[in-house]
Amino acid sequence: MFTESWLSVGPSLDDCIKCNICSSYCPVAAVTDLFPGPKYVGPQAQRFRENGQPHSPDHSVDYCSGCRVCNEVCPTGVKIAELNARARAQIVADQGISLRNRLLGRNELLGKVGSIAPSLANFGLHNPVSRVLADKVMGIAKEAPLPHWSRNGTFGSWIKRTGDQRLRSDRKVVYYHGCATMYYEPFIGKAAVAVLEHNGFEVIVPPQNCCGLPMLSNGEFKAARNYHEGNIQKLTGYAREGLAIVGTSTSCTLTLKEEAPELLDMHSEEANTLKMAVWDIFEWLRELYQAGELRSDFHRIDMVLPYHAPCQYRAHRVGKPAMEILMLIPGIDLRESHARCCGIAGTYGYKVEKYQIGMDVGEELFGFVREQGDAVEMTACDSETCRWQLEHGTGLPSRHPIEILAAAYGLYDLEARALVGS
Amino acid sequence: MKHIETEILVIGGGATGTGVAWDAALRGFKTVLVEKRDLTHGTTGRYHGLLHSGGRYVVKDPQSARECIAENRILRRTHTHCLEETGGFFVVTPEDEGDFPDRFVAACAETGVPCNEITVAEALRREPLLNPRVSRVFEVPDGAADSFLATHATAQAARIAGAELFLYHEVVGLLVEGGEGECRVAGARVRDVANGEDVEIHAAMTISATGAWAGQLAKMAGIEVEIIPGKGTMVAMNHRLVNTVLNRCKMPADGDILVPIHTVSVIGTTDVRVTDPEHLRIEPWEVQFMLDEGDKLVPGLSKARVVRAWAGVRPLYQEGYTGASREATRQFTLLDHRERDGVAGLLTITGGKWTTFRLMAEKTVDKAVGHLGELKGCITANTPVPGVEQGFYWLGHRLHEVEAARLQGQLVCECELVTRSMLENAARNNPTVTLDDLRRDVRLGMGPCQGGFCTYRAVGILHEIGDQRSEIGAVDWNVAFLQSPAYNQDDEAGNRHLPLTIDNSPLAISSPNLLLRDFLQERWKGVTPILWGRQLKQERLDELIYLSLMNADHLPDDGGSSPLSEFYNFDTTPNENMDIPE
Repeated sequence: MFTESWLSVGPSLDDCIKCNICSSYCPVAAVTDLFPGPKYVGPQAQRFRENGQPHSPDHSVDYCSGCRVCNEVCPTGVKIAELNARARAQIVADQGISLRNRLLGRNELLGKVGSIAPSLANFGLHNPVSRVLADKVMGIAKEAPLPHWSRNGTFGSWIKRTGDQRLRSDRKVVYYHGCATMYYEPFIGKAAVAVLEHNGFEVIVPPQNCCGLPMLSNGEFKAARNYHEGNIQKLTGYAREGLAIVGTSTSCTLTLKEEAPELLDMHSEEANTLKMAVWDIFEWLRELYQAGELRSDFHRIDMVLPYHAPCQYRAHRVGKPAMEILMLIPGIDLRESHARCCGIAGTYGYKVEKYQIGMDVGEELFGFVREQGDAVEMTACDSETCRWQLEHGTGLPSRHPIEILAAAYGLYDLEARALVGS
Repeated sequence: MKHIETEILVIGGGATGTGVAWDAALRGFKTVLVEKRDLTHGTTGRYHGLLHSGGRYVVKDPQSARECIAENRILRRTHTHCLEETGGFFVVTPEDEGDFPDRFVAACAETGVPCNEITVAEALRREPLLNPRVSRVFEVPDGAADSFLATHATAQAARIAGAELFLYHEVVGLLVEGGEGECRVAGARVRDVANGEDVEIHAAMTISATGAWAGQLAKMAGIEVEIIPGKGTMVAMNHRLVNTVLNRCKMPADGDILVPIHTVSVIGTTDVRVTDPEHLRIEPWEVQFMLDEGDKLVPGLSKARVVRAWAGVRPLYQEGYTGASREATRQFTLLDHRERDGVAGLLTITGGKWTTFRLMAEKTVDKAVGHLGELKGCITANTPVPGVEQGFYWLGHRLHEVEAARLQGQLVCECELVTRSMLENAARNNPTVTLDDLRRDVRLGMGPCQGGFCTYRAVGILHEIGDQRSEIGAVDWNVAFLQSPAYNQDDEAGNRHLPLTIDNSPLAISSPNLLLRDFLQERWKGVTPILWGRQLKQERLDELIYLSLMNADHLPDDGGSSPLSEFYNFDTTPNENMDIPE
């Protein structure tokens, strides 16, 4: 099992003062009795767990969606969600893992395979028969909003293809795109590159691999460790050069910054160097703005835009920088969601036994969007799975704030989700 | 005044006393046991919870070591569910130089204590927080013991065998007959502290199993017994930093052991001579010393959260001994006062360790048999107490049971996973005068919040059931499952089976305000010595709940006071016998 140093999350259970604030905020415990709540399965149950027990004492911890609302509201800084993730990993280490969870943890592989023949893959996955089969055989809920593979190539192939058109500059920034941008939503990456270049930065897209988050949340720590080690090898060099590594997938950046090192107890000098260099793209753009270096040649965009900051974004503890930047765009009537969680929580809402829980959790957010009236044409949200869930729950299209910003610079078509003139 | 006739009267409801009552009842004697408070209120309930392998004594006290390993093996059979098979390490830290480790190995072989050297790497794999600078690690069959549960189970076994137990009955005098030379003890006069009534118990043989109080009891018969009360302070960390008992491989000293017991790990212990067994004041240097020594076993331990400190008093006895208490023998002592002082009818059993309680009881009853002239053999070594079918206790068992039976909504004490039914069953079927009694029964309030959230809940529940209590200490109640959430469930219709109503509620039970105040005071007592850092935050929250929200310090209590209130008079006089280590 994984070593437990004083630096790991285990000892943080000592910070719990039993106040139950986390339990009262937990979006999952609010809608189902299957989850006894974050304090119960986290710092409380942790005192009753040890490695090598006759059997794992509790399985209800698996109903934690890992949204980290508990961490957010905890007045004493207990790493509750991480305690739960570790407990789940212990169950996996003791009892193995289902094929479904193994698959859900491997979206990079799925992305790669599907991208070989995306149309075929989309048909194969998205026809009603397959969905029923996946539901019955695999336990992947047939209604859940699975993504579509990109039919106009991966983000990687676009970067290669357009290499000679890319901006060269002394000011450089490294872009971490993550798997979803690579295989399902390359347009997010294109928007990010356009915005960064518009602001005079040369964008470096180094070789990289999955951050390992889907595995961390399904308890496959060993495999996740290999992934994180891979990224440390591929990216730490740039960090040493003092380059910022920015990402559009807010859960990936969180994993590189915090989740992987903490959960896996990886605190080497390399891991720490990488950790300190990673930024969420809007966190970084806000720095630029505060330094007076963000271009403000915005086109007016007249729309009511409900915006939801994903749980994983709030977990960065950097405020809501995407919102701050979007507010600079003339014409946007930004409506901030105070919903706790959309319910999808990465791979959680795809699981047949948790799909309805996810939808019940998301109702708070869907209801908020409905309340904004009929003028709403789209929503904005920084995390891919949250956007898919938002679209599923509201019937409205959802965009990454970087797409909105790129559109405001006149570089991007929000309707077609493509760069202008491409 | 009530009179009771019996053959054997046992005074003291700790491990030894209940062991004696169990043994005597099994041999067919009519047996009565009296205890002035609750079972395990004295030294038994205040120890660190180590089931000795004997390793600690192999070099210094080989006879004790032999007794420990033999009893260790017996208790695994007779008290299985009260024990956890943690295993133990003796580790050589950089400070433990010299030839002690080699002497230790030789002495283990000599005394028959199984000892197996493992690699430091293997030890670190099993205990990642262990000091990585240890040079050698020896594995021994140490374990962890729940002295509360074990004593309750022994007591129940004694009841089933016919013994009668009277708790909250304090001895106010011995019945001494005859004059010079013909003197004999014929029983004792005891006072029911809950209602103040006296009872006279006539016995052919009175056995004092009063531990550190043995000197005071012997005085009642005009006998001098020089007990050396050795106060030991222990510090409990908020969670289990280790899952194996860690001992320093050196001559036994202060703060050289870390015991994982239930949900906490306990560092023990100091050894300070005190004048009075009820002098349990904890000095700041003791806590500091425990933490500093703990750091040598588990670096960083002193920065982790401490949940509580407490002290117990060792009953050490060595005829004519006046030295330091650490040097006094750990062997037990059986005094036959007819031979020693010419006072018949009285035996004193004292000293020893929890691990050897059964052996002590056996030797004591053997001696009594000699006096009473009925030759009956001891069978306790082969008689399991109720509950052994549950197998060894393991850390996750409560969590597992609560989950399996879906009792999450029934928790009264969330920290230690005590369900409402567990609490009610213990309160109804067990002598209960204070919430602290229930703490000893089911671990109420022993977790991180130290009663912050369970005290008011438990008081409310006791207030509801206050007048629905059954015959105290009912034999048909299954004490063996006292601590089992799944066993203590309501039936499917959600009914709690209310036993027959008998109106014998002692004072505190009938006054919820007293219950609340006393328990808060009792919890507070153990937290005051460690008020810093994270536990201070916790106590601040508890303070806001009880003092700001509930105004608990101004609750009316109708002028009553509970039998325990005197324990909460904080003693602020300096301890004259304080020997601070150099």
